[in-house]
Amino acid sequence: MARKLLLEHINVPGINTFDVYRSKGGYAAVEKALKTLTPEEIVEEVKKSGLRGRGGAGFPTGMKWSFLAKPEGVARYLVCNGDESEPGTFKDRFLMTYIPHLLIEGMIVSSFALGANTSYIYLRGEMMPQIRILEKAIAEAKAKGFLGKNILGTGYDLELYVQPGGGAYICGEETALLESLEGKRGNPRIKPPFPAIAGLYGCPTVVNNVESIAAVVPIINDGGEEYAKIGIGRSTGTKLISAGGNLKRPGVYEIELGLSAEEFVYGDDYCQGIANGKRLKAVVAGGSSVPILPANLFLKTINNEARLMSYESLSDGGFATGTMLGSGGFIAYDEDQCIVRNTWNFARFYHHESCGQCSPCREGTGWMEKVLHRLEYGHGKMSDIDLLVDVSKKIEGNTICPLGDAAAWPVASAIRHFRDEFEWHVTSAYEATTRNYGLAHYADPLNAVVA
Amino acid sequence: MLSVQNTDTPVTFSPELKAKFADVVSRYPAGKQKSALLPVLHLVQAEYGWVSAPAMDAVAEYLSIQSIEVYEVASFYTMYFLKPQGKYMLEVCRTGPCEIVGATPIMEHIEQQLGVKEGDVTEDGLFSWRGVECLAACGFGPVLQIGPEYTFYENLTKESVDTLISDLRRKAGN
Repeated sequence: MARKLLLEHINVPGINTFDVYRSKGGYAAVEKALKTLTPEEIVEEVKKSGLRGRGGAGFPTGMKWSFLAKPEGVARYLVCNGDESEPGTFKDRFLMTYIPHLLIEGMIVSSFALGANTSYIYLRGEMMPQIRILEKAIAEAKAKGFLGKNILGTGYDLELYVQPGGGAYICGEETALLESLEGKRGNPRIKPPFPAIAGLYGCPTVVNNVESIAAVVPIINDGGEEYAKIGIGRSTGTKLISAGGNLKRPGVYEIELGLSAEEFVYGDDYCQGIANGKRLKAVVAGGSSVPILPANLFLKTINNEARLMSYESLSDGGFATGTMLGSGGFIAYDEDQCIVRNTWNFARFYHHESCGQCSPCREGTGWMEKVLHRLEYGHGKMSDIDLLVDVSKKIEGNTICPLGDAAAWPVASAIRHFRDEFEWHVTSAYEATTRNYGLAHYADPLNAVVA
Repeated sequence: MLSVQNTDTPVTFSPELKAKFADVVSRYPAGKQKSALLPVLHLVQAEYGWVSAPAMDAVAEYLSIQSIEVYEVASFYTMYFLKPQGKYMLEVCRTGPCEIVGATPIMEHIEQQLGVKEGDVTEDGLFSWRGVECLAACGFGPVLQIGPEYTFYENLTKESVDTLISDLRRKAGN
């Protein structure tokens, strides 16, 4: 059985309360960090752990922390990114709902490491139930002396607040999140300056995903080197994968990075295969913005090696034949799902969520949605397919923030891998409105690559 | 019964509501009270059911910012209702993962059961519904949420939606 670092005690009754969490070794990392380690030593442990940002970008957390400017007499902030809005991703909601103290503990240790005396957990506004859960957990921790003034008699002060968003995917982008936390529209900022230099209220700020901050707890308890022993290569530790779509057993799984993709989809400890006895057609491995892959390319790389759930293996082959681990938002599509419809759905999502600041994204996402709509509803033209690729290329890389890329990649990858399904929507336009294309050849063994 | 704010009448917040505002404002450094804007707008909407222009003006005055700073925020974020809604606003997730497990049939069923189009209010003022984008519950779809508590209803079926609607009707009748 795989090691669990975050969800080990998830099934213990009452683990959402301070006392039960504490009885299972909770808040030991706070005691260890505040009483025996310096902030620099904590940053060093996180660097040694190899932990990479769990929100999607995969940037090394310890390195991000080490960039934080420390000018004399200026406040520094830690802001936790709980905006979780990437379609397919629901791991942070799960973690905060069932084991909120893990995040609180991680926030205390991380804030101490960064020298922050006020920290914010920014949650998407729709997570009002989780806001109530976290506020209760914060009150409990404060009553026990783990938050507030002079924590555990160490002289370290920390106030922790939960901030709701207002319903905007873009606020998951860290500078848009900071704008939102300052009470403004969620328009991403031009970088540089990066938040590490000028973030919240112009002060040095670190923004980390919920899961990244939670992972700091086992890293401090066991040491960075122990954490780095789990996983494979530069994909160290465990990762929460939120699995949805047409799976027999959808849910949130903590995996050791490097687990085989096949085991994850079909294994008894994980998703147990496709629901209703159907076959797997396609997979979005890391949230809606990463390239969609047909079943055959998801389970095996183009070189016919088993695909692993790790940053490197999932991106093996680049965008031509690979994808990304992203946020761990895993969506499985069975043989009855229509790729054109799904692509239109995602395009509508990105059009809806574009903040409107950059014209390639604001206009391009709208065009892609409209063209995909007419393809799905039987009014498409063959030239529309290349038009979509053209529009996606003109968005990609031409915007202030990565939402443009996130909108372009799903469309480009769907056409790259499922072009015949798009063409069928043109050549058999009426039929395409009455039935789906089916599995076709998307699960067939790959042809050997001949150089 | 939900008190619907007439659009033209100035809004005066109750002392209880203002105490909640003050609690929010205390979370930020001095002079950064604008940070309270999003949470305060949620409190206003929970109280009145929506966010009217006079309410936004009163929020601006309370936070010592310009009205336009409130309008531009309230119109940017999708959770704030800029017109009155039904007492219960059913917000159904319509994005990819929910769609492939049947979000569209659920929305069609809700439309049929309530007899109103997306965004409209039932005659008795009880219900509205709309499709919304990903609610981060993709493993338990189809899902819907109802404010102001944002209670979640997961793994929806037509039957569970019917039960929910009749439960809400009964609750409102009391």
